[in-house]
Amino acid sequence: MKIHEYQAKELLRGFGVAVPRGRVITDPAEAAAVAREFGGRAVVKAQIHAGGRGQGGGVKLAKTPEEAAQLAGQILGMTLVTHQTGPEGRLVRKVLIEETANIARELYLGIVLDRGVGKPVFMASAAGGMEIEEVAAKDPTAILKAAFDADAGLHPYQARQLAFGLGLPAAALNSAVKIMTALARAWVALDCTLAEINPLILTAENQVMALDAKINLDDNALYRHPQLKELRDLNEEAALEVEASQYGLNYIKLDGNVACMVNGAGLAMATMDIIQYAGGAPANFLDVGGGASSEQVRHAFEILLKDPSVKAVLINIFGGILRCDTLATGVVEAARAVQLKLPLVIRMEGTNVAKGREILAASGLKITVAEGMKDAAEKVVAAAR
Amino acid sequence: MSILVDRHTRLLVQGITGREGSFHARMCREYGTQVVAGVTPGKGGSEHEGTPVFDTVRQAVEKTGANVSVIFVPPPFAADAILEAVDAELPLVVCITEGIPALDMARAWQVVRASRTRLIGPNCPGIITPGQCKIGIMPGSIHLPGRVGIVSRSGTLTYEAVHQLTQLGIGQSTAIGIGGDPIIGTTHRDAIEMFAKDPDTDAIVMIGEIGGSGEEEAAAYIKQHVRKPVVGFIAGQTAPPGRRMGHAGAIISGGKGTAAEKMAAMRAAGIHVCQSPAEIGATMAPLVQKTPQHAH
Repeated sequence: MKIHEYQAKELLRGFGVAVPRGRVITDPAEAAAVAREFGGRAVVKAQIHAGGRGQGGGVKLAKTPEEAAQLAGQILGMTLVTHQTGPEGRLVRKVLIEETANIARELYLGIVLDRGVGKPVFMASAAGGMEIEEVAAKDPTAILKAAFDADAGLHPYQARQLAFGLGLPAAALNSAVKIMTALARAWVALDCTLAEINPLILTAENQVMALDAKINLDDNALYRHPQLKELRDLNEEAALEVEASQYGLNYIKLDGNVACMVNGAGLAMATMDIIQYAGGAPANFLDVGGGASSEQVRHAFEILLKDPSVKAVLINIFGGILRCDTLATGVVEAARAVQLKLPLVIRMEGTNVAKGREILAASGLKITVAEGMKDAAEKVVAAAR
Repeated sequence: MSILVDRHTRLLVQGITGREGSFHARMCREYGTQVVAGVTPGKGGSEHEGTPVFDTVRQAVEKTGANVSVIFVPPPFAADAILEAVDAELPLVVCITEGIPALDMARAWQVVRASRTRLIGPNCPGIITPGQCKIGIMPGSIHLPGRVGIVSRSGTLTYEAVHQLTQLGIGQSTAIGIGGDPIIGTTHRDAIEMFAKDPDTDAIVMIGEIGGSGEEEAAAYIKQHVRKPVVGFIAGQTAPPGRRMGHAGAIISGGKGTAAEKMAAMRAAGIHVCQSPAEIGATMAPLVQKTPQHAH
């Protein structure tokens, strides 16, 4: 789960990470008063779940409270397009008004789970403000790394090594160690999959501070953090994906016109791939899971059809726990309920496949039954043309 | 004709009285697996469908001589179940559970890797040696005993590969689903090393997907050490970057972990890489002999 910058900063402040004073607002009329409180100058930052907000025009410096109000008015309600939002952009509903800082240097700090060692790994780079992926691509040696044990946390000596490696002055050492160990504690305590401070700034006064913050939370651990669940912002997620998640379905919208419904994540990805291989383009990823009920299948089907770009539907199920007869029943119910007009190709294999085919045949619906994945992909791509 | 599990395997089911555990314990038994014990804390001393149930894994191992455990415990308790199995010194533990918090797994993994227990999974379909022993949730009927080893991060895509091979009369020595999570006990490389050393495996199917670098590491190992033919496929060639594709571990992050990178590394290692998932069986066919019909 992703959260907003202002939420991430609020959480990190609780662990002892220094962050600028700031307030999130939804009404531009409040901006001037907040800026005045911070001494007149303020930064106005769009709050959306995407990076690259600055380049897109979503982060602006106001020199006066009046300018803060004017900028907040511009940014609130704008459709912000960044390299992470896609061309359709994202509507800005909230802005963060923050005090300004005297920036001497910009650095990067981040923590992710390292799959290889099975531990969180702390990353630091002197190239603050740049995306870490870019740094990694250009010069991997520019990223300093320290794996740490979740329970022991990041040891102060590890933090010192990183701080000296970044070339921080001795006068800033203590505040750097404090912020690094605090970030590590937050990563563990909140069950993060990613915690990033980019940029971390060194001020003219030799203090370090998180000028931006990004936190992604582990969906699988949210059950033990009810207060973090509250931070979910449904406005930031595609409506169909939210709807799918309510039924325990894993749906991701893509750009093509061939919808697909599959059981199992690997087979679902492979089905997208074979649609492309057959000359088409997948409209989505949809994994109905291993043990879907006929009701879930019906919901899945309805969600697929709500995407207006869809021209044909492919159902590819390898029945293991999910039996083919359960699938067929769900599909027939759904096709009747929505009065399906689009071509539907079904490929089923595995448990109770004969029974499933009988149900489809007896339904009287116009369904093309395919033999194997290749045949299915070719048929559905032809139908979508 | 196998690695890790065979007809002598004595299986213990952690979470045997739950809905999933109960159903799959029955399916495994019907396939021919020796299901010798179950563990559900608080239900020790009872029987579940003829299988004795114990309170702890240690008791179950002492009383029944179980040597493999399969875990069907819900996600919040699954990492602890893994640790209990390690503590009982079981040589092999298969964790089916999907949705274990990453941090729980990171902690458990430090203990597992320092122990003598091999973990398969989590978030995996399990392991099967056709005709001998099925441990997990895969449909047994699609398998055919034979001499091709299969290793895959995905469940249903493994079934797809097995099905294609069986349709062509090509049997399998052992099929392992290693799981779709970021931290897994047995990697592609581990499984391929075992298949390479198994005298009863002639060829290997390796199925990967986007995210991580397990496939690249396996490819490097294959290039150096494996002379048996390997057929490969990577799922997610059309997956958008930055999105988690169902599996917790299936994500292209920071431009790393793409299907293109993995396929290139595999091709460079001499692996027969299929671009289409429908070609796995057909690509393997010319590389191996068909399984004689009297083999099972």
